[in-house]
Amino acid sequence: MPMNIIVCVKQILDPEAPPSSFKVDEPGKKIVPPPGVPPVLSPFDENAVEAALRIKDAQGSKITVISMGANLLREVVKKPLSMGADELILLEDEAFTGGDSWSTAYALSAAIRKIGDYDLVLCGRQAADWDMGQAGSGIAELLDLPSVTLARKVEAADGGVRVERVTEDGYEVVEVSLPALVTVSNELGEARYPTIKGIMAAKKIEPVIWTPADIGLEPAHVGAGGRRLQLLRLFQPVSEGRCELIEGETPEEAGVNLALKLREAKLL
Amino acid sequence: MPGVMVYVEAGDGKLAAISSELLGCGRRLADALGEGLSAVLVGDRVKSLAAEAVASGADKVYVIEDAQLKDYQTDTHLAAMGKVVKETSPRVLLFGQTSVGRDLAPRLAFRLGTAAVTDCIELDIEPGSKRLLQTKPVFGGNARAVFTSDTYPQIATVRAKAMEPAVPDAARKGEIIDFAVELPAARARVIEKVVEEVEGVRLEAAEVVVAGGRGIGSAEGFKQLEELARLFKGAVGATRPACDNGWVPDVLQVGLTGKIVSPNLYIAVALSGSSQHLAGCSGCKNIVAINKDPEANIFREARFGVVGDWKKVLPAFMEKVREQLA
Repeated sequence: MPMNIIVCVKQILDPEAPPSSFKVDEPGKKIVPPPGVPPVLSPFDENAVEAALRIKDAQGSKITVISMGANLLREVVKKPLSMGADELILLEDEAFTGGDSWSTAYALSAAIRKIGDYDLVLCGRQAADWDMGQAGSGIAELLDLPSVTLARKVEAADGGVRVERVTEDGYEVVEVSLPALVTVSNELGEARYPTIKGIMAAKKIEPVIWTPADIGLEPAHVGAGGRRLQLLRLFQPVSEGRCELIEGETPEEAGVNLALKLREAKLL
Repeated sequence: MPGVMVYVEAGDGKLAAISSELLGCGRRLADALGEGLSAVLVGDRVKSLAAEAVASGADKVYVIEDAQLKDYQTDTHLAAMGKVVKETSPRVLLFGQTSVGRDLAPRLAFRLGTAAVTDCIELDIEPGSKRLLQTKPVFGGNARAVFTSDTYPQIATVRAKAMEPAVPDAARKGEIIDFAVELPAARARVIEKVVEEVEGVRLEAAEVVVAGGRGIGSAEGFKQLEELARLFKGAVGATRPACDNGWVPDVLQVGLTGKIVSPNLYIAVALSGSSQHLAGCSGCKNIVAINKDPEANIFREARFGVVGDWKKVLPAFMEKVREQLA
């Protein structure tokens, strides 16, 4: 049976950018974006899109993607469309920026309520910027949906979905009734690449833009205005950088010297 | 009752290591506040752990037992925690950053209209305001953020091995309270639990970890790391890309979204040392890196390093180690 699936995605600084390029503006309590490194979709959100596409492949489904922010880059937020999603809704307004888990889940849940007709909401397990991992569970609580987090597999089963949930020593199989919310982890497997055909199709899809008023919210209650957490300080941990390089005439000799060094340091 | 409350979990019939760390941290925070420490045990037949929680620092232990609570399930465990928190109004509420804590803490925060900070590595009480200051790595470990809030309880999940565990004292006294909760019908149910068996020493408990990354290139490559780990009576770990490629089981992933390890010796082979990976092993004082890229980030964290092709360095290293251990 086809499902209506909503996937929430976030545009973030590329988490794969080299750590040496990472800079913090401490007085401003913000990250200085590394020059020349374009933003990306949070990788776990791409896993969530992939989970939706696998359900669509298996039984047909309509996939609506939601993202939130201001001045969102179309080549970033349209990526799920080029992978095979059907529609894109952008909560796009300066008021939506500077939020925390609370204000993010609050706005996204209002948008999902407005969409109304859905069976399954998928989110990444956490956004790979602030690494909070709360928005998915928050949306589920605000919409009173059952939730299953940390999925490595999501498939339709008996009118609900069957989820393999990652645990410390393996996984558990959980069945949940619909509508439900599931957060997806990287163990699901890498997201597919957009196809040329998908990229062409995505070009023709215009995103729907919603402001706070469109989802029935006061601008003062979203983004920075809706925060419940105060950020007191943002800083970079100091790396001691005291690595002692072990050398040798050949790589093999370096290997031998390393073993000798470990013995000397009483690590062997 | 203000004070600090800790959600404790069982592991192999006793308090899980993370719970002992939470009680150690919770006791310190409660003492700084001059208030009490309570623990909550939720499950089926978990009461036997209450005495251990008292010995580990709890003044009160709330025991919520029900056959329906045997497996962790969001709806039922959330209802149980929601009720005990509403009735006791703690100032601070702590969970482990475990598969349960990651699921339960955020949703409970939303239910109670308060805020949670996940994956904390430092927690302190702000003198005067008595607010909890929550420090957590952000941006994959590239930065750290200190948060607080004015909504209560202030909720935090705590990273494994970030806090000193409680030292149990069997002479400590505490009150054990049976707490009854009417449970809602669960909308989800666990139908199977699958344990992915890994041979040898458990990764989290290993004194030596041999970890490989993308540069290992294959499952066969990891066989060599296994051989080295056996030599050290240690365990094999891996980066997320190595797991995502299927070279090793997912349960061997070390990092932000995987296991947190703190062995005495961490041998990092052909892995660049992304912040996300280092989040899982930064507690280790003796990281040894073997990588052909002299600019690799792992050399910024390592104590000893060899710049070279692991395929050439490792066999010679292993042979010498074998000889020295003989």
